Amino acid sequence: MVDVRSGIGEALPPPEVEDVELYHPHSWWTRYVFSQDAKIIAIQYATTAIAIGMVALVLSWLIRLQLGFPGTFDFIDADAYYQFITMHGMIMVIYLLTALFLGGFGNYLIPLMVGARDMVFPYANMLSYWIYLLAVLVLVASFFAPGGPTGAGWTLYPPQAVLSGTPGGKDWGIILMLSSLIIFIIGFTMGGLNYVVTVLQGRARGMTLMRLPLTVWGIFTATVMALLAFPALFVACVMMLFDRLLGTSFFMPAIVEMGEQLQHGGGSPILFQHLFWFFGHPEVYIVALPAFGIVSDLISTHARKNIFGYRMMVWAIVIIGGLSFIVWAHHMYVSGMNPYFGFFFATTTLIIAVPTAIKVYNWVLTLWRGNIHLTLPMLFALGFIVTFVNGGLTGLFLGNVVVDVPLSDTMFVVAHFHMVMGVAPIMVIFGAIYHWYPKITGRMLNEALGQIHFWVTFVGAYLIFFPMHYVGLVGVPRRYYELGEMAFVQESVHSLNAFISVMALIVGAAQIVFLFNLAWSLRHGREAGGNPWRATTLEWQTPETPPPHGNWGKELPVVYRWAYDYSVPGAPEDFIPQNQPTPGLVTHETAS
Amino acid sequence: MSAPIKTPAADTLPRPAGLAGLASDWASDQRTFKNVSWGKAMMWIFLLSDTFVFGCFLLAYMAARMSTTVPWPNPSEVFALEIGGTHMPLILIAIMTFVLISSSGTMAMAVNCGYRRDRRKTAILMLVTALFGATFVGMQAFEWSKLIAEGVRPWGNPWGAAQFGSSFFMITGFHGTHVTIGVIFLLIVARKVWRGDYDTERRGFFTSRKGRYEIVEITGLYWHFVDLVWVFIFAFFYLW
Repeated sequence: MVDVRSGIGEALPPPEVEDVELYHPHSWWTRYVFSQDAKIIAIQYATTAIAIGMVALVLSWLIRLQLGFPGTFDFIDADAYYQFITMHGMIMVIYLLTALFLGGFGNYLIPLMVGARDMVFPYANMLSYWIYLLAVLVLVASFFAPGGPTGAGWTLYPPQAVLSGTPGGKDWGIILMLSSLIIFIIGFTMGGLNYVVTVLQGRARGMTLMRLPLTVWGIFTATVMALLAFPALFVACVMMLFDRLLGTSFFMPAIVEMGEQLQHGGGSPILFQHLFWFFGHPEVYIVALPAFGIVSDLISTHARKNIFGYRMMVWAIVIIGGLSFIVWAHHMYVSGMNPYFGFFFATTTLIIAVPTAIKVYNWVLTLWRGNIHLTLPMLFALGFIVTFVNGGLTGLFLGNVVVDVPLSDTMFVVAHFHMVMGVAPIMVIFGAIYHWYPKITGRMLNEALGQIHFWVTFVGAYLIFFPMHYVGLVGVPRRYYELGEMAFVQESVHSLNAFISVMALIVGAAQIVFLFNLAWSLRHGREAGGNPWRATTLEWQTPETPPPHGNWGKELPVVYRWAYDYSVPGAPEDFIPQNQPTPGLVTHETAS
Repeated sequence: MSAPIKTPAADTLPRPAGLAGLASDWASDQRTFKNVSWGKAMMWIFLLSDTFVFGCFLLAYMAARMSTTVPWPNPSEVFALEIGGTHMPLILIAIMTFVLISSSGTMAMAVNCGYRRDRRKTAILMLVTALFGATFVGMQAFEWSKLIAEGVRPWGNPWGAAQFGSSFFMITGFHGTHVTIGVIFLLIVARKVWRGDYDTERRGFFTSRKGRYEIVEITGLYWHFVDLVWVFIFAFFYLW
């Protein structure tokens, strides 16, 4: 077994490729707008994602207003409600989480953490952002199109998605939605290829794959998965677009609409579900794996302790990534399938719990006897572990066919999903922003505002989604505009719904505090210095903060150790940066 | 596209052969695939992703074909031509396949000439490849118009399952788009080769990076991939 930490006496390999030539911008436009610098592109990605995410946040308020106080708000009719839940889901999953983790954090952190000057193809990287922006604009356009956005639910299941009973089905809504997704996938592919090649082929001297920070491992694996999973969504979108526009029958069975027999016939709605979930399940991990990686680094840095079981963590990420491609049909238990398939997909689903549990244990063991600093990133990391465990456990319920079938169409699924894929990754995003903001801007975020933000968000999120499990267990269906006169729905459920809605408004408002903090600290934050968290990874060792174009000045960094040398016995400080040489190391220069 | 190789690790550090070599490459720093440039790595990964796109298209088509309850039109008859009074099943598709496979041959020769810095031959062979590609697209246009004239539409056809027409137009259309993009790519690179951009290290208009002859091989990778996909379409759509 190779020692991952340092190779005393091991020769440092010579540089294999020449230093890259960077494109140097000549004007304000090419420096800040059409920039080819991954760091600027990252900020553009993040800003756009957060902006469209705020739209989705407001939509969630409107959803909760309807659910908590049905009949009170005239402007939320059934159509509008379905449009809100559809756009809320789609924006949050694709345009916020995927874009922010991969386009935002991926672009900023990959080149810095692997010791590169930039992504390998900066021009394609820039195109990636602008195509993403176009996808967002097409999506936004659907709000203003005749008939409004699609109300098909974020899974866009046909045949209802393209029929007139669904908002946007026979108008522009579904067309713009599908087009936007196709554009998004094209744009993402350009960026994704960059991230993968940069990690594989663009690392610094001494930076082996097993010395990469787990953040990079998470983003890298997620990007590979995205490059293999998005094609299924791409194909599904193209085919449904043809069903809608050309009258083909890929997904459309013979069907009667408004008393009229349609021309369609012979298509398979189940085929769409298979294609969608072949993308959709990996998508969960496309969001979760970067979160896993980032949270590992946050915990290690802020507990001043090396990550427990680094190799296990890496392999767990890779195994989760692989397994996630053979579990998709657990989203389709209620669609009907051969019982043997149900057995297969239930088994693979539950097997994923093993590597995931390894990760959770390793996080906890990293914390154990660590020198835990309850900084904001650490608080959010802890918040993540708790919500993730919670959401993961209910995932075990839903992974079993017999338990899933009665729970599938209830609010229990909504609660599970939001715990594990909503709150948990968002916690990591917040933690990561508090962690890396000082590197991006040179200033710390305000601590007091951050504390308010954390506690309201964390406690509030629990108060929203924990009771929602009970609402689901008593049988309250999801996706219903209003419950009406359902005998089995107790009065207390309605009060609980009202309570959840009030909490949702409060948690949403707390995000405004966060946005204010982001803007305010840009000018008035405390000066951070180059390495405020005393972290080991390369991005904190840049000669200047924020890092300039090209990141490293004249000399590229050389890596001598893994990313987790915290509290090493005998070391003068409680952290040893990755680019600090081990005494007695034979380098290529001294050897030759 | 990427920075040229300065000191290949193979020259300076001994690397074990076989599986141990694979392990040592993956365990090494800087590059996982030694001697593979950024551009080539990017094209390979893109092709892997694109494989999934075509794979999904073909699987969707196969699912539709297997689950349909009405008869599927017989491809040998649908794609038959009357030439000189003789009824020849699949003749056009056979010619198209021949043309496309031949273009892979000329492409491979172009790559070879590119690495020998034979500017003229490289450019000519790439143009021949592009010509074959354009011929292929042209014959596809003929095939499309013939079927459309016979009443095949995305939403139906005179002989059976509606999915026949929709799958046909979608899959061959998507493949034809790939070929067309490839032809455009070939023409651009051929022009640059002809002008000597890769000898004078002229910078790209958009990327402002120095071009290298390797782009010929990268274009070739894409071209061979498009050919290979056609073989699968040929097998699964026309021969089934």
